[in-house]
Amino acid sequence: MGVLVFAEQANGKFKKATLEACTYASDLASAQGVDAYAVLLGNAEAAEIEKLGQYGIRKVFQVSGDLFQSFTLKAWIRAIESAARTSGSQVVVLPQSYNGRSIAPGISVRLQAAFISGVTSLPTQQGSEWHFTRPAFSGKGIETISALSSAQVITVKANGYKVAEKPGACTVEQLSVESNPSDIQVVAKEQIRASSKISLTEADVVISGGRGLKGPENWGLVENLAELLGAATACSKPVADVEWRPHHEHVGQTGIQIAPNLYIAIGISGAIQHLAGVNSSKVIVVVNKDPEAPFFKAADYGIVGDAFEVVPRITQAIQELKKAN
Amino acid sequence: MKALICISHVPDTTTKIVFEADGKSLNKSGVTFIVNPYDEFGLSRAMEIKEKTNDCHITVICVGTAETEPTIRKALAVGADDAVRIDAQATDAFFVASQIANWANGKGYDLLFTGKESIDSNGSAVPGMLAELMDLPLVSFATKLELENGKAILQREIDGGMEVLESSLPVVITCQKGIADWRIPNMRGIMAARTKPLTVVAPSGNEARTRTVQFVQPPAKTGCQYVNADQAEELVKILADKGII
Repeated sequence: MGVLVFAEQANGKFKKATLEACTYASDLASAQGVDAYAVLLGNAEAAEIEKLGQYGIRKVFQVSGDLFQSFTLKAWIRAIESAARTSGSQVVVLPQSYNGRSIAPGISVRLQAAFISGVTSLPTQQGSEWHFTRPAFSGKGIETISALSSAQVITVKANGYKVAEKPGACTVEQLSVESNPSDIQVVAKEQIRASSKISLTEADVVISGGRGLKGPENWGLVENLAELLGAATACSKPVADVEWRPHHEHVGQTGIQIAPNLYIAIGISGAIQHLAGVNSSKVIVVVNKDPEAPFFKAADYGIVGDAFEVVPRITQAIQELKKAN
Repeated sequence: MKALICISHVPDTTTKIVFEADGKSLNKSGVTFIVNPYDEFGLSRAMEIKEKTNDCHITVICVGTAETEPTIRKALAVGADDAVRIDAQATDAFFVASQIANWANGKGYDLLFTGKESIDSNGSAVPGMLAELMDLPLVSFATKLELENGKAILQREIDGGMEVLESSLPVVITCQKGIADWRIPNMRGIMAARTKPLTVVAPSGNEARTRTVQFVQPPAKTGCQYVNADQAEELVKILADKGII
């Protein structure tokens, strides 16, 4: 018996979303009195793999080989299924990354498991059932959902579960997975990297601009503040639609859904579709010159004023704060 | 070429979400239902392929009760050729994916489109399950699709960028913004949709693997604390004192 987590890596390093999923898996394993295992696809330095021990993982199943150096959906699904069977894990936990979201449902089919996506807390046991809570209706509702099987595949929302270190070490076991003709049905040709250094879904702080900024030439306001705070930059749908900013920065119902610790919205009125993408943010700050902007109703802190005056004041205050520290 | 568009019947994006007193379901009074916006991206792309090649039959499929038919007609009004409704309550993702897989197996669809997620359950679950159940390749979060020499050339969103891929057909594709522009049905389309074939099929035997216990609304914000614009520095002090920055 055990809980298996998919330790997704990028260029040999574990991302924050992976560490969140590892912490979730080991907390869940502790609650159920079983061990936590991880499955690693591809290569990583031994020192990096050993880090997983500090997040409660007891054993890492490593699947190497050419198939696992880049994303091969079918092979990844089979490898994770194989690690679940080898480790005797009833529960598989994955980060809710693009790849995690792509493979998790397929794994649930192969393991005949209940699929629960986007959790931010551990389940509670109600009789023979496990009850999970997850966001639904694009953040406008919270669903309590029961897994009707003890086999479960769970994805953990990015920025949804606090990473915690715990003393411990892990061992590594190699696992081999045979290739299959279906592995090459889809072949990756090239990757186009976005210019921003910080991933929007993983960022602790996100600074977002809307039409209130009047034009793409004014985005320095957003970028300066973001750089100071180590934040990712985002934008509203109208801004992406008129191509002031690239589509991959568009947060909202039809864009990217984010859940940072701090979301600062500048010159965004807060249409319900925008709120659906950001309402999981822990703290929301709204700067808007219109006191009637609906966003203020969803905000924790608000400043009614001209962004071109307010934002430089905030930026300067943070610079001074940083100097003082 | 045959395309299957899997659609969800969801509340309009502007809906204020309220649940029934027992928390089991959405309070539907006054709610307008639409084709899930992400699913419409796939329909739009299929329409573009149909118009360009003059060789693409588009079928829409929806798992739902009779109340979903006006939504299915909306998809027909955009231009799909025919529609199938699996006559069952869409209880969970596995149930829905199984119904679609059981119906579509062996029917020769080359392109199976879904949205990247539905805006009501937000699970991104059905397409991955469908691909596994039908043993088909899957490309998710697609922002581009071209067909060349019997293959699909796709671009998908990945963490920190985009990836270009080539897939054999048939393939399951989950769509998001970029793959096509939404289409507004014209009067001719709306009229034609009334008489296009909509076949109702009885569900097959698969069981759901999850059950909704209840829905609640997220806790309301306790209220916005305002800071004066000419004392914007005060905001930084508050955020720093609370350890937020």
